[in-house]
Amino acid sequence: MATFYDLAAANRRKSALLVLLVIGIFAALATAAGVAFTGGIEGALPYSLFAFGLGFVLTLGAWFGGDRAVLAASGAKPLDPAAGPEELQLDNITAELSIAANIPKPKIYVIDDTALNAFATGRDPQHASIAVTRGLMAKLDREEMSGVIAHELSHVRNFDIRYSLLVAALVGSLALLSDMLLRFAMFGGGGRRDNEKGGGGLQIIVFFLTIILAVLAPIAARMVQLAVSRQREYLADASGVELTRNPQGLERALAKLAGDKEVLEVATKATAHFYIVNPVKHFETRAAGFMATHPPLTDRINRLRTLRGAQPLLASEDRARE
Amino acid sequence: MELILPIAIIGAVLLLVVSSYNGLVNARNRVDEALGQIQVQLKRRYDLIPNLVEAVKGQMGFEKGVLESVTAARAAAVNAGATGNTAEQAKAENMLSSSLRTLFANVEAYPTLKSNENVIQLQEQLTSTENQIGFSRQHYNASVLSYNNSVQTFPGLLFAGALGFAKRDFFDAPDSEEAVPKVSLS
Repeated sequence: MATFYDLAAANRRKSALLVLLVIGIFAALATAAGVAFTGGIEGALPYSLFAFGLGFVLTLGAWFGGDRAVLAASGAKPLDPAAGPEELQLDNITAELSIAANIPKPKIYVIDDTALNAFATGRDPQHASIAVTRGLMAKLDREEMSGVIAHELSHVRNFDIRYSLLVAALVGSLALLSDMLLRFAMFGGGGRRDNEKGGGGLQIIVFFLTIILAVLAPIAARMVQLAVSRQREYLADASGVELTRNPQGLERALAKLAGDKEVLEVATKATAHFYIVNPVKHFETRAAGFMATHPPLTDRINRLRTLRGAQPLLASEDRARE
Repeated sequence: MELILPIAIIGAVLLLVVSSYNGLVNARNRVDEALGQIQVQLKRRYDLIPNLVEAVKGQMGFEKGVLESVTAARAAAVNAGATGNTAEQAKAENMLSSSLRTLFANVEAYPTLKSNENVIQLQEQLTSTENQIGFSRQHYNASVLSYNNSVQTFPGLLFAGALGFAKRDFFDAPDSEEAVPKVSLS
């Protein structure tokens, strides 16, 4: 199995590639749009420069402020360890497992919601935060909470958090940008095209290219996000167990999460992939599916059961559970 | 011209010595750092134990022996720590861990203690410290293994002894760590 060094290196590489790719798509989209609107490659230059600048600013913003933005959007408040026994325990568990993972202890946040969920964010282990819902603190015992925190710390240690943050910022704004372009192309661009004289054939081609790019870009980006995010959940489960050396804690926690039908109100489509289980949908639709950001929970539980040599849950049990 | 070869050989040997010396120093520093981390947590445990003993003393009249053995084990661990012998200290700390587990198991038999906020908090702090010691010990042992390997293998082997790089002891995990102490609740 790949060590977390390999995983961290791969995530750093993928993060850099993602930034380049998205800025590249930005520039291509903007240039095509520029050609379509102005009718020449010279006129498109300001568009390209604008796209480069936008991509650069977005990357910087995600790098330095993305974690705070995600935490603020989720309504997460810093944890006060002295507030009560659950708070103290969560603080202690995080301290213990940070030692096991050999990373600095991340900042801990609480989301005031009865749904059961947790996520990690930040750009590297030195600038990482973990957020858990109040419901999770109330419903999980020490072992189960250790399993969840170990899962989140694995995301931190593997640099999954950096990649997720950039995905959220860049893929999100890419979708926004192509949306804008589509509107322009349909309304503004269309009208202007009729007034142009000559060179219409080329412009029409570029115009359609713009639309195709604008439609395809966010879909492609979304597919990348999904494929990577599902695999990372399995990996974080496994390397979390490596930290606690106790597959049953996380297994029981996931079973409790599976039984939780509540929707986390503060989560949105843009932040869904940060969480340990998909916060947006009900479990029935959460369970499986091609476009899901998270693998089915029963599948994750079964993988954990295999780790400790137990029989996987039967399919009929799954249905009873769901 | 004929000097180039000997100079190159001497240079290569020097380079080898310098780099493996630096490697040894790095590995030893990691061992010391990991040991320091354990000591911080052991110290924290020493500080927490008297508080717990104090908190449960009034209730646990019958298990006086348990409290005494915890206090004695703590004193022995503090003494062993002062000698600087890692193997001895590990042994004493393991004794302390097992006497603490017995104490925790005894507390379970007293509903008033089990629901006492102060006792709950102290137990949580001690459990956490115990876990931290366990994880730090894994790190320490891993860094000792890699340090000992470089001391005992070529090229470190050639000069490690002469330069004072001695083999280090592991902080041994207790044999009975998995065993749950038996408590009579009758």
